[in-house]
Amino acid sequence: MTDNTLESSMQTSDNPAPKPAVEKKSWVPVVLIGIAVLFLGLVLYIPAINVFYFAFHRGLGPFLHNLTEPNFISAVRMTLALAAIAVPINVIFGLATAWALANKRFRGRTLLLSIVDLPFAISPVVAGLMIVLLYGRQGWFGPFLQERGIQIVFAFPAMVLATLFVSMPFVAREVIPVLEEEGVDQEEAAYTLGANYWQTFWRVTVPNIRWGLLYGVLLTNARAMGEFGAVSVVSGNIIGKTQSLPLFVEEAYKSYDTEAAYSAAVLLALLALVTLVLKEILERKTGGYRKKMH
Amino acid sequence: MTVSPPIQPVPPDASRWKVFLHSVIHMPWTWRIMLGYLFFMLFLPVSAMLVKSGTLGPGEFWRIATSPIALSTYDVTFTTSLMAASIDGVFGVLVAWVLVRYNFPFKRIIDATIDLPFALPTAVAGLTLATVYSETGWIGSLFAPFGIKLAFNRIGVGIAMMFISLPFVVRTVQPVLMQMEREIEEAAWCLGASSWQTFWRVVLPPLFPAILTGVALGFSRAVGEYGSTVIISSNTPFRDLIAPILIFQRLEQYDYTGATVIGMVLLIISLLMLLVINFIQAWGKRYDG
Repeated sequence: MTDNTLESSMQTSDNPAPKPAVEKKSWVPVVLIGIAVLFLGLVLYIPAINVFYFAFHRGLGPFLHNLTEPNFISAVRMTLALAAIAVPINVIFGLATAWALANKRFRGRTLLLSIVDLPFAISPVVAGLMIVLLYGRQGWFGPFLQERGIQIVFAFPAMVLATLFVSMPFVAREVIPVLEEEGVDQEEAAYTLGANYWQTFWRVTVPNIRWGLLYGVLLTNARAMGEFGAVSVVSGNIIGKTQSLPLFVEEAYKSYDTEAAYSAAVLLALLALVTLVLKEILERKTGGYRKKMH
Repeated sequence: MTVSPPIQPVPPDASRWKVFLHSVIHMPWTWRIMLGYLFFMLFLPVSAMLVKSGTLGPGEFWRIATSPIALSTYDVTFTTSLMAASIDGVFGVLVAWVLVRYNFPFKRIIDATIDLPFALPTAVAGLTLATVYSETGWIGSLFAPFGIKLAFNRIGVGIAMMFISLPFVVRTVQPVLMQMEREIEEAAWCLGASSWQTFWRVVLPPLFPAILTGVALGFSRAVGEYGSTVIISSNTPFRDLIAPILIFQRLEQYDYTGATVIGMVLLIISLLMLLVINFIQAWGKRYDG
């Protein structure tokens, strides 16, 4: 378990632990690794394994039966719809923001970057509350919307707004560093060689930011499908009508239908696993370990 | 776009005001999308909340913000978040240290799964933590004979917050540890320092800003957390009811005023935390020679 007992397959290329200057078989690393793994087990791994255990501990039968429940199916469709709307819109916003702010130095740039990051700092419940105060019956746009019979709060549109809000910064955050690293030389070269604006964009800029953009899309999608707090506040949680998968999980758990709750939870857990695997692949693509902060 | 499309040049003798006006009129489309979206998605909602609390007047605002139940939720929320973030601070540094400095089986997988709380929807985290730590769960049942309850009370809320905040600490400390030069430690060893002395005097000081940043980020996230905590908390006022859940309950009772006031308190705390984090990061830069 110390420095040298390791199969080569596990060897990490990016940070092999150098041999200590003083060669001694110490018990310290073993104890520290043990404590770290125990802690992670208690906080992360046992709860994660528990999701799969409870979803399948009576076999596949109950799980498959739960999958065919109409409420469950509508929750899945709602979740897919939310992600399908939120991801493209936030990609457009994220790319526009990245191009507006990358490789430029002007007064207020740092402030703008902080503003773009703001949705990460705001509690999801507060985000939902803001949307209610804006579009709800007593909100600013309330009278205007009611006259026209448009229902936003406690309906699908507000859930879209809440999802857009909480997953807003991801793409911009992932693409800006890539653009900063690339610099503007390649684009300027393309212009010099006679490419026009759109040609440069499609042939030079897009290929350069490909992986960073995918990374941003991945995180946006995970958040859009998994968001609970903000969506819960604005949805009114009418079963089968305005319920996404995370809301379904809570609703089922509250009504003591643990089995249904875990059947839905295991789907979301699989989504998380797929996200983590893709994340790992993208991190290798972009060259080793990238510092990640969310 | 890194190279903006050419726009009409400003006449050289124009006043500053004219230049500003010109730049607004001829704004590149990327700026229009960014500012338009930020205006509708961020500025309007935040303004709606500010205006709503502004109509109350300071006296009324203060009265609602400091009502006994509200005060108790701040107490539960902030103390529990601070405890959770601090415990994560200690163990997060340990995890980061182990991942950077030692090699052991499954290290890659463990490193990749640290981000699980970012990827796992919070409702699922709450559900499974509530099950595992309840009296009949895998971990809770080990403590139940001793009369220790780990779910549906403040401890449960703390565990959910620990789950949510852990990656922040690990992911902020890890890169700093990687860049650290081993020579300095070896020099300390050569000069006769014990491994403890080396750790406390040589390794920890430059790590400290990163640890503080991670803990502050984790704390900030834990304070606003709702999805996992609402399931593992028994939501009993004065015991384990937290501020985000109180906002939700106020909304359910159509008490928009009460919800807004408590929401404002949380928002102000979040913004203060942002300032603190930026301050810590600026302070940490003094180590970058």
